[in-house]
Amino acid sequence: MSAAAGLPLTTPGQGRGLLDVLDRRYLLRLIVRKELRVRYRGSVLGMAWTYVKPAIQFGVYFLALGVFLGQREAVPDYAVYLFSGIIVMNFFGEGFGNATRSILWNAPLVNKIYLPRELFPVASLWVSAVHFFPQFLVLLVAAVVAGWRPTPAELAAGVVGFVIVALLALGLGLLFGAVNVFYRDAENFVDLIVMVATWGSPVLYTWNLVHAALPEWLWRIYQANPLTAAVELFHYAFWYGGTGRPQSLPAGGAPLPPDLWTWAGIALVVSLVVVTVGQIVFRRLEGRFAQEL
Amino acid sequence: MSTTVIEVSDVAKRFTLRHNRSLKELAVAAFRGRPTGDTFLALDGVSFDVADGESVALLGFNGSGKSTLLKLISGVLKPDVGAIRTRGRVAGLIEVGAGFHPDLTGRENVYLNGAILGMSEQQIAARFDEIVAFSEIERFIDTEVKFYSSGMFLRLAFAVAVHSDPEVFLIDEILAVGDEPFQRKCIDRIKQLKGEGRTLVIVSHDLDMVARLCERGILLEKGKMVADGTATDLVSRMRGEHE
Repeated sequence: MSAAAGLPLTTPGQGRGLLDVLDRRYLLRLIVRKELRVRYRGSVLGMAWTYVKPAIQFGVYFLALGVFLGQREAVPDYAVYLFSGIIVMNFFGEGFGNATRSILWNAPLVNKIYLPRELFPVASLWVSAVHFFPQFLVLLVAAVVAGWRPTPAELAAGVVGFVIVALLALGLGLLFGAVNVFYRDAENFVDLIVMVATWGSPVLYTWNLVHAALPEWLWRIYQANPLTAAVELFHYAFWYGGTGRPQSLPAGGAPLPPDLWTWAGIALVVSLVVVTVGQIVFRRLEGRFAQEL
Repeated sequence: MSTTVIEVSDVAKRFTLRHNRSLKELAVAAFRGRPTGDTFLALDGVSFDVADGESVALLGFNGSGKSTLLKLISGVLKPDVGAIRTRGRVAGLIEVGAGFHPDLTGRENVYLNGAILGMSEQQIAARFDEIVAFSEIERFIDTEVKFYSSGMFLRLAFAVAVHSDPEVFLIDEILAVGDEPFQRKCIDRIKQLKGEGRTLVIVSHDLDMVARLCERGILLEKGKMVADGTATDLVSRMRGEHE
């Protein structure tokens, strides 16, 4: 007689979603380690690729927008401004994109062994956080060189910004990852969304230009985008402090949008709603993953 | 009467063989009112209970729904109709080595696969030497798995699986692993697990072997359960009908 007698009868394959991932932390860690190891197999530069891509991106944008289009004059420390937005978008793009593809990538496991399938998107997000970290260190160095001495509120803004992006990427990753099992179109949408997101948030330009060009109601929609809030929080955290905290930019207008914390709160709520919707859709579709793959 | 560990009640599973999914095909299907795909019933009205410590062979010819049933019990698939409930940890040895990654070493794969099968870090560490000894690949344990021969790979995968210590083992056609001495070792290990009072559900086309390993048999035919009796009886019935 085995130990089974003392245990309750349960329905196999019916987990508690993201909560199960917390119970399987050890497995999550191993999956993350595997992904990191496997990602750069057979490549000479290895992890250094996580520096190369943002460096090139930064170089191109800085030259085209900063120098040619003159943003460098309009925004003090434009390099820091630009880079703090770019790393937020890279984190979002990589986390969202890989979470979306994670179920397909792990198809052999998904259709042979029952695991909480949320493990795969969560692991993808974690991997992109690992890649975010070295870029973040570069940003810190640049900020310090620019004369950045943060206040506690500014540091808190950085943390909140990171949390917003992580939640949003996870929620969208769950949603699109589940749909992607049935319609591979989903992963193409992801690439489009990531591309639009970079231009649709104040990464390359300042919020003033948007505010001047859009009617008030449309600008509010623009501000309600969690990524906009996250990027502005990052500006506030890592760029603003290094510029001497001016009241207005050289070209006029405030360096940061009004009601930053209110928008941050809205962004946090929107991201949590996205996670909830993503989780609900994921669980709806999860039962049919194995037979579709 | 001992505790029920697997409870299958009136289970049906239908697969959609959906091939056409492009926008054009969906539009055509909607316009002409034609279904977008064919379906087929893999399992229909299957009910049985398995008691703690029983060893059950799922019998039937190709396409009878055995593997589908095993996947339903493991939770990989969900039934369309009916319900399945299990007690304790169920390890599906549906396909050994499913969680193995070729770019990781044998050692790393043992840990990864152990964790996938639900073992904790401490449990894997405690059994690591036993697993390696069972697989007989001590020398290559720190080599990447992609350099393993297929036999070495399967031996290591099987070794992890049989040491994962679940209450219920689901075994699908994996006894065709390695050479004859290793196969004998696997069967001995399964007998040992049975002796420890673990519940086994086995699918195999090697009828002699399942008849030796299992007392009870459940015979499936085109998704329907047609008999539930001793494995030996059912195996001879299958042979009689088949010849």
